[in-house]
Amino acid sequence: MGDAETPDEETAENDPVHELEIDEEQPDEEAGPTEELLHGVPVRTAFGQQVLFPSVDMYFALVEALRDAGFVQVIDLCGVDYLHRERADLPNSITSERFEVVVNLISHARRERIRVRVQVGEGGSVPSLFDLFPGTEAMEREAFDMFGVVFDDHPDMSRILMPETWIGHPLRKDFDTGRIPVQFKGAPGQS
Amino acid sequence: MTITEDDTAGGGELAAAGTAARVMGRDNSVLRLSEQEAAALSLAPADEFGDSKMIINMGPSHPSTHGVLRLMLEMEGETVLRSKPIIGYLHTGMEKTGEQLTYLQGCTNVTRMDYASPLFTELAFSLAVENLVGMEIPERATWIRMLMTELNRMASHLLFMATNGMDLGAVSMMIYGWREREPLLRFFEKVTGLRMNHNYIRPGGVAADLHAGWQQDLLDYLEMLEPRLEEYHVLMNGQPIWRDRLQGVGIINEAECLALGTTGPILRSAGSSWDLRRDMPYLAYDQVEFSVPVGDYGDCFDRYAIRLAEIEESIRIVRQCIDKMPLGDYRTQDKKITPPPRARIDESMEALIHHFKIFTEGYKVPAGETYAAVESPRGELGVYIVSDGSSTPYRMHVRAPSFVNLQTLPHLMQDGLLADAVAVISSVDPIMGEVDR
Repeated sequence: MGDAETPDEETAENDPVHELEIDEEQPDEEAGPTEELLHGVPVRTAFGQQVLFPSVDMYFALVEALRDAGFVQVIDLCGVDYLHRERADLPNSITSERFEVVVNLISHARRERIRVRVQVGEGGSVPSLFDLFPGTEAMEREAFDMFGVVFDDHPDMSRILMPETWIGHPLRKDFDTGRIPVQFKGAPGQS
Repeated sequence: MTITEDDTAGGGELAAAGTAARVMGRDNSVLRLSEQEAAALSLAPADEFGDSKMIINMGPSHPSTHGVLRLMLEMEGETVLRSKPIIGYLHTGMEKTGEQLTYLQGCTNVTRMDYASPLFTELAFSLAVENLVGMEIPERATWIRMLMTELNRMASHLLFMATNGMDLGAVSMMIYGWREREPLLRFFEKVTGLRMNHNYIRPGGVAADLHAGWQQDLLDYLEMLEPRLEEYHVLMNGQPIWRDRLQGVGIINEAECLALGTTGPILRSAGSSWDLRRDMPYLAYDQVEFSVPVGDYGDCFDRYAIRLAEIEESIRIVRQCIDKMPLGDYRTQDKKITPPPRARIDESMEALIHHFKIFTEGYKVPAGETYAAVESPRGELGVYIVSDGSSTPYRMHVRAPSFVNLQTLPHLMQDGLLADAVAVISSVDPIMGEVDR
């Protein structure tokens, strides 16, 4: 089971992001246990939905533990690019990175959904879930195609929606949206 | 592979999932070749690839690929060995576009994804936005949404009946399917103003109330449709050619469906009765009675029969909607969300300001992220929205059922005939607008 390891709360204290937030949130910190844990991973509730925040190292083991706990399907996997955006909803033990891989799982027996959000730095990679849920193959290819997040040990890490020769990752926030050049009479640089 | 015999030893369901993972594994049914590799193979001398195998491209414009699906098939004679669905021909970056549009405009964008059942994408998008805003919508709006999406499910399944018939050479079925779908599109036009891409279900309710006499319109239609569904049973179910073409073709089991993330009629054909409407009810599905048709064999015939049965169940729900439709408002009266009526703009400065703000800047949605899902005719349709507190989504992702379901194709087609591949594509019922987005 993947819940053998617990996140090291003490080392997280030295985390730069943690340092920044500690001034504002000190009263809360003192009040209760630092984080609620599920399978050894911080868990929060967002709009009535359970969200888990593993580190990249714990990600695969967490999803495996969730599968063993009855979450039989990975319903959805997608990327998000938080280019310059600071997030307030991350647990203190998790460092925010540019990209996030969001995995939605469902348990038929318990009629429950759970979401896993893992942080991935630029040029970083996460383990592929292919060996646990082969259905993530296309979704991970889409996340790679759109964001450039690499999934380690994926059987076919190639583009899926864009042409194979495409350069860039279109859903990144710093990828320019297309435009058609328009020439105006008398515009600067036009004779 | 990290899955070994030991991992899967405990628990029946888990063992089944492990088997599925092996079956769907790395070198089995999926042909993982890039364009260059495939091109190089065709130039290679025959003995390097084995002289009996060849690679054939089917599509992207092939009448039975339902749009622009392309399949790279590894063939040995008439038999399909491995295959790879190649998609993206209809990719227009709708998720990127969605980041530029306000939440009010968002529905006009998402409705174009699944063009055979546009109301479902609008519904999932609206539910996600309403979850973020924390908005209650009037009861009548909920019931109108349920009525309209069930009608849309019927229209979508009728379209499936038509195209499935066409793909398999049952041309009368094609004509009948289109014929029965047409009055539904007329009804949609009467209610929403458009035959497709309605932009009817919006955050806060629906765009317009049902017209006077809508009950009679629908009752007349249902009275016409029900005996015709009986005719389908006679025409298709009792027909030996139809059964021969579909029965035992493209078989998948429940564990494989779960492993592949498959939902909807494909999952139900394999024996699982998972239906979000019943198991995780949204709208008012907990207040209507209906059953969930389930198949036994997981073959093309089951998938066809389930869709036919689902039309009949949708008729039941529509009849209950007609009986139970509550009176009241069809959209929320929150002035920050719903634009004021035209007449109020002349009388009230507030109304003018609200109108102006909604249509220029749009309303702001609290920061956060949420996922909302509905049971579309093709499976679970989900929308994941990240809001940064502004009036446009920071990220809008649509979990399109067709996109995920397409992954079953290589598995369903393996060791079948090329002619059966057509039946398999048809029975998966992919909508390429939704696959490529």
